[in-house]
Amino acid sequence: MRKAKLKLSERILRALTWAAAFLTASVLVFIVGFIFIKGLPYLKPSLFAWNYNSENVSLMPALISTVYMTFLSLLAAVPLGVFSAIFLTEYSKRGNKFVALVRVTAETLSGIPSIVYGLFGMLFFVNFLKWRYSVLAGAFTLSIMILPLILRSTEEAIIAVPDNLREGAFGLGAGRLRTVFKIVLPSAAPGIFAGIILAIGRIAGETAALIYTAGTVAQFSVNPMESARTLSVHMYALSNEGLHTGEGYATAIVLLLLVILINAASAWAAKRIGVKK
Amino acid sequence: MNCFEIKNLDLFYGGFQALKKINMEIEAGMISAFIGPSGCGKSTLLKTLNRMNDIIEGCKITGSVRLYGEDIYNGADVNLLRKRVGMVFQKPNPFPMSVYDNIAFGPRTHGIKARCELDAVVENSLRNAAIWDEVKDRLKKSALGLSGGQQQRLCIARALAGSPEALLLDEPTSALDPISTGKIEELLLTLREKYSIIIVTHNMQQAARISDSTAFFLHGEVIEKSDTKTIFARPADKRTEDYITGRFG
Repeated sequence: MRKAKLKLSERILRALTWAAAFLTASVLVFIVGFIFIKGLPYLKPSLFAWNYNSENVSLMPALISTVYMTFLSLLAAVPLGVFSAIFLTEYSKRGNKFVALVRVTAETLSGIPSIVYGLFGMLFFVNFLKWRYSVLAGAFTLSIMILPLILRSTEEAIIAVPDNLREGAFGLGAGRLRTVFKIVLPSAAPGIFAGIILAIGRIAGETAALIYTAGTVAQFSVNPMESARTLSVHMYALSNEGLHTGEGYATAIVLLLLVILINAASAWAAKRIGVKK
Repeated sequence: MNCFEIKNLDLFYGGFQALKKINMEIEAGMISAFIGPSGCGKSTLLKTLNRMNDIIEGCKITGSVRLYGEDIYNGADVNLLRKRVGMVFQKPNPFPMSVYDNIAFGPRTHGIKARCELDAVVENSLRNAAIWDEVKDRLKKSALGLSGGQQQRLCIARALAGSPEALLLDEPTSALDPISTGKIEELLLTLREKYSIIIVTHNMQQAARISDSTAFFLHGEVIEKSDTKTIFARPADKRTEDYITGRFG
């Protein structure tokens, strides 16, 4: 009797976990499928024309701007975040008040909605520094946004490096600088890159913070003082205007593929730079 | 000749006194063993010999330690000291890089860059640590692929690559199987002529097998230090006798 009862509850539980897993997976499949079905018919060569006009609504300038924006944001945020994390974990004394303050600040910053960053970027970079709507203002705003993310993930990765490796390096007469750069950072590289991948996802998906800082000009320019739109902003503009919703879906496909591609590249880089097993 | 001379050494971790008035001379060219129960201060004293306690926050040291007459706490370059006094830890800790780079890490730290010179140091160190034949075909492969015993001998080779004058070993076989332990003990006996070796061990048989002199620690004090045969056959202090006959610890 008891045995049969146990079996029943076991079966219910198993069904529930399966259902949950299936539901989660199917949501993803549904979204991706929906985007593909809606967007594929509009994925025409004209969508990849070098120059945007209201006829072809080309996403090529936005595609290049997205890569450019991602690159500039990471260029500003990664060194700052990684070096701050090194300072917090390897150089500062335990229980340091300043360190506690930096941690609380980073945590608070990561919880702020991106529109707040956009507003700040507009008031500070665009108006106060008179950069106008520009890729640079957008990239700096985004780099402030992703800084806590990179800081925290680098910190976690560095803390996870076993202490006996540090001991080993110190025991051979290596100073702290050499220990950090030759032993700790290579071991922490996969974790640091995981943080960078998350940051790339946030940059690629960001619209609110960019509309107020980088503007929505649909042309690409190498000059970072010019306005430009990323793919997400491009999608927002297309669906907002309501004239080219299909092309909006096609843009979503390209954005999806771009993010997958960038992530794969980062994972590959992490493997090359990081620990070889 | 004395390798280390320790005078009136007190060591505090915050408010806790881990070592009390240690006076000890450690002779060059032999194996000295530190024995005693857990928490007796034997590892702590070992770490004062290459200043590994510097890393620990709240650690305060008074008294003096001399390496061949030079005070290592006053004005000595700590990185150079650690080159002269190599250390091997309880758990093998090879760096996550190739066998070659592991051995070359120390020499590179101290400015050796030339490829041929590094090649020679790597081969010599690995031969000295009796692991050359096992790894010579896989120098470029990760050191993490080696067995535990091989990793520990690699760590010994890595310490030898800096051509140290003394070698400190902190329970180097406690994480290893008996066969690997035997290999390391054999290795230490062959190294005795060239280096002053100080080994902390939990294993009294190990101290008896390989060491020339033994110091017994209890509660942060050195109870007794003499040559190994004497201490195991006719210990002068009752507490030493109780410990080596297995009445506590």
